[in-house]
Amino acid sequence: MLAVPGIDLLFSSVPQSAEFRLVPVWLLTLANSSGTITLRCKDLKVLQLEIPGMEECLNIASSIEALSSVDSVMMMYPFFYRPQSLKLEEGWHLFPLQQYFQQIASQVSLEGRDPAMLRSSQPLTGPNRKRCREDEMLLGTVLEEGERGFIIDTRSAQAAKQARMTGGGTEPKSSYPQWRRLHRGRPLQESFIKLVDACNDTAINMDRWLNRLESCRWLSHVKAALSTACLAAQCMDREEANVLVHGAEGTDTTLLVTALAQGLLEREWIKAGHPFHLRCARSAYSHARLKQEAPLFLLFLDCVWQLSRQFPFSLEFGERLLLTLFDDAYASAYGTFLCNNEKERCLCKVKENTHSLWAWLNQPGERKKYLNPLYLPNALVIWPSVEPQSIQLWQGLFFRWIRSSQYLDEAWAEIQRLVEGNEPPVKDSAGNRLSQSLSDPTAQPENGR
Amino acid sequence: MGTLYLTATHVIFVENGSETRKETWVLHSQISSIEKQATTATGCPLLIRCKNFQVIQLVIPQERDCHDVYISLIRLARPVKYEELYCFSFNPKLDKEEREQGWKLVDLNEEYNRMGIPNNYWQISDVNRDYGVCDSYPTEVYVPKSATAHIIVGSSKFRSRRRFPALSYYCKDNNASICRSSQPLSGFSARCLEDEQMLQAIRKANPGSDFIYVVDTRPKLNAMANRAAGKGYENEDNYSNIKFQFIGIENIHVMRNSLQKMLEVCELKSPSMSDFLWGLENSGWLKHIKAIMDAGIFIAKAVAEEGVSVLVHCSDGWDRTAQVCSVASLLLDPYYRTMKGFMVLIEKDWVSFGHKFNHRYGNLDGDPKEISPVIDQFIECVWQLMEQFPCAFEFNERFLIHIQHHIYSCQFGNFLCNSQKERRELKIQERTYSLWAHLWKNRADYMNPLYRSDHSQTQGTLRSQMAPCNFLYKFWSGMYNRFEKGLHPRQSVTDYLMAVKEETQQLEEELEVLGERLANLQKSQLNDNKDKSKQQEQSKQLRLSTSNNSLANTPQEYSNDLKSFPSRSPSQGDEEDSALILTQDNLKSSDPDLSANSDQESGVEDLSCRSPSGGGCLPSEDSGKDSDEAVFLAV
Repeated sequence: MLAVPGIDLLFSSVPQSAEFRLVPVWLLTLANSSGTITLRCKDLKVLQLEIPGMEECLNIASSIEALSSVDSVMMMYPFFYRPQSLKLEEGWHLFPLQQYFQQIASQVSLEGRDPAMLRSSQPLTGPNRKRCREDEMLLGTVLEEGERGFIIDTRSAQAAKQARMTGGGTEPKSSYPQWRRLHRGRPLQESFIKLVDACNDTAINMDRWLNRLESCRWLSHVKAALSTACLAAQCMDREEANVLVHGAEGTDTTLLVTALAQGLLEREWIKAGHPFHLRCARSAYSHARLKQEAPLFLLFLDCVWQLSRQFPFSLEFGERLLLTLFDDAYASAYGTFLCNNEKERCLCKVKENTHSLWAWLNQPGERKKYLNPLYLPNALVIWPSVEPQSIQLWQGLFFRWIRSSQYLDEAWAEIQRLVEGNEPPVKDSAGNRLSQSLSDPTAQPENGR
Repeated sequence: MGTLYLTATHVIFVENGSETRKETWVLHSQISSIEKQATTATGCPLLIRCKNFQVIQLVIPQERDCHDVYISLIRLARPVKYEELYCFSFNPKLDKEEREQGWKLVDLNEEYNRMGIPNNYWQISDVNRDYGVCDSYPTEVYVPKSATAHIIVGSSKFRSRRRFPALSYYCKDNNASICRSSQPLSGFSARCLEDEQMLQAIRKANPGSDFIYVVDTRPKLNAMANRAAGKGYENEDNYSNIKFQFIGIENIHVMRNSLQKMLEVCELKSPSMSDFLWGLENSGWLKHIKAIMDAGIFIAKAVAEEGVSVLVHCSDGWDRTAQVCSVASLLLDPYYRTMKGFMVLIEKDWVSFGHKFNHRYGNLDGDPKEISPVIDQFIECVWQLMEQFPCAFEFNERFLIHIQHHIYSCQFGNFLCNSQKERRELKIQERTYSLWAHLWKNRADYMNPLYRSDHSQTQGTLRSQMAPCNFLYKFWSGMYNRFEKGLHPRQSVTDYLMAVKEETQQLEEELEVLGERLANLQKSQLNDNKDKSKQQEQSKQLRLSTSNNSLANTPQEYSNDLKSFPSRSPSQGDEEDSALILTQDNLKSSDPDLSANSDQESGVEDLSCRSPSGGGCLPSEDSGKDSDEAVFLAV
């Protein structure tokens, strides 16, 4: 039996059975031929529904089509979703932006000498090499006399040069004497689509597989993003220099790099929802279609996964949180990832009319599922390896629906069992840690620094 | 900067200057190639590649000295007599009884008994007691009861190198078995009645099935080419009730080249992701690993699910056949996934059935075309399985890496020579020590903390997915880049969990003791409290030791152009080696990671007893034989 209510697609193989399998409606493409509907879901799942009768099949297809392409944000699921355990408006103020910026600001002004990381979009130098006094002064105020700063341009030098023709460009050395410019970055193209195609292609042999993996260049992007983030972190940590990161619009790669570098410097930021996260996701996805958007948020999550693999003790959360964030960024019952920017979200009254994903995740029962049992707080900077040998394909995501993860899940359960078996004697300290972050999440940033 | 020593057994490089003495020890038998590179301003570089995938670059100021070292190393790395090998001088300070005990740890008769043999269908045959039928087979061979000596001898004459079909694994639940042999000398049309009877006998030994699979692990083209030389494969028309199957695993030459190509990729300086993936694909290595795995999975399925016996062969039946039989056994029988069982498996399918260790791993100077990473591939297959089934194996990755190391090290006698016959002639068991005893003694280091004998993954057959699961096969940086510590996960889950497990056990024991005491001393509460606080203290210590993050927080170089080769040399890894390994002292005693002056049993201790001057722990010039020439150089 197939039921197509407003939001979720419900499918039950046995009529009259009480159990319904929840299937996400976030469809990408619909291909129907001779009574078969293929659903390609945004979470990379592929479903095939055999529908007897051509007409019925077409009807169902058009219903799904219509329901999966809701135009208005206000008609989307988060505006209707009302879980019993949550109250509206809860969680939206857990991590107020102002507080975060206040903190950063106080750091910059009070502690002065500590390195700060700034982000912006490209300067509008243009072909005539325009200058802007105010911009130069603004950057000048960050640096004291004799101090050096790094500008990390997340575009390649080539791309930056091209941008000059359209009015954009780079900071000329002569106008910004204290800053050193570094170019990093590659265009992120159809990697993601190609990779998913390759993963779903069951007919290829070993040779072709590595070839496809290479040609989709996804792992190259992961490596590039990681090393750029490391570079930024290194500039800050080792050289104690200030860093300004910008790409073309200051929304995509820029966010990726700053978020990652922050992650490197301070891993606690994700404690169920740092505003960085939010902003990053907003720019990368919104409700736009995959073809128009680059999966930057996914790239970011992949990078975090690479970190968790290289530093199994250093992240407080496990793979499961990353997967949940990925799913929710694409299609969610929560309003957290809706819209493109703060302005749009105010217009849609997102905070008033939807629930926050962070509030959901922060419930004690939920929270536990996402924690890394091996977590040991490590206040120092972690320096991952960015050599190709150390970077792996994130199987848990790209093969989530293709291979069985039973044996790996069992291993995870075993780890949990071992660590928890060990817990009683140290329960106090662990318990403290948990309850602290639960009861007072806003106090968190101070702890981290 | 440092001093280089060449001794009878090791190349030792001692670094000057640093407060802690840093030594790099390399066994001569580990040296795979030595390359003199173009002289630079700083001196003459010498590149030493090792069989355990360590790469060392020495820069020697004087060209003349460099040449001397080069010539000496070439001689030292290529011994011509077995007696020159390290195991004949290696002395772990065990007495005769302990040594004998060590050799008895793995007993193949006991293993066949464990399988349930001899029984109504299978028996031990003494037809090869003086190696009279087949000199590369063991003296004790298990064959179907209905196979008479006449049939065996007849069959052996129709098989390459007279390697007749013999039992490798028997599944007592359903009587299905895995037998192994070499290719038949069938040419284009030859037949042999006894050989046909032999296969019939194997089929009859499994009454539940009316046919057997004959698996030729070679590519069909290779097998067909062999027919022109009077060899070939079984014709289904001549053998009743067989199903014949080719599984295209390439030969030793293809595998040698493949590894070579992959190692070139590993050695690239700051490769891009594309360079790496392209190189990996181009090497074909993972494709070959998958082919071996697929063959093993096919056989395991035939035995476990269909209950059909399988005869496996390749050309001579000592390379691909050994790989495939042991992978299949490993999948079928949880025993082989225990530490002891794995030793037994290698002893059974590799050592006793005449895998040519000496030729394949170049222990003595020989034909370079004979060298091929056959057992390395098997060891990698096991690692790939460990990645897929994290709870299924009693041992950990370190165990595999150490076995690989010792296959090349010649420190223990287990893997010497090409056959049991040669080993007996050399009296290996009386003159050398067994690796298995050494590993067993240090088994705490090799435990997989996730292994539990009552876990579902440790029961029955491992059901690994066959094609199209290419993505399951991953590059093993823990092996091929093992001396570049910067590439590996900087925090060891295994070690941490092992410590947690140990601690839990300790606490449980303590708890038990305390419980008893509590019962006894219910009146004196004071005492009890004291103990409890002690208990807590202990657990705090553990937390401290595991959260030592100095490893994780070692910065790397991220601007590509800055990285030069020496900075990636293993010496970099040494500093990082110090943290995080919890039971460091224990580990070191068994760690063959020679880059970190850790190899106690092969190291200082041994040299001091070889050095006639006695006192000093450094090798000195007068340490005996010609080959002992020691070169002192400031590098």
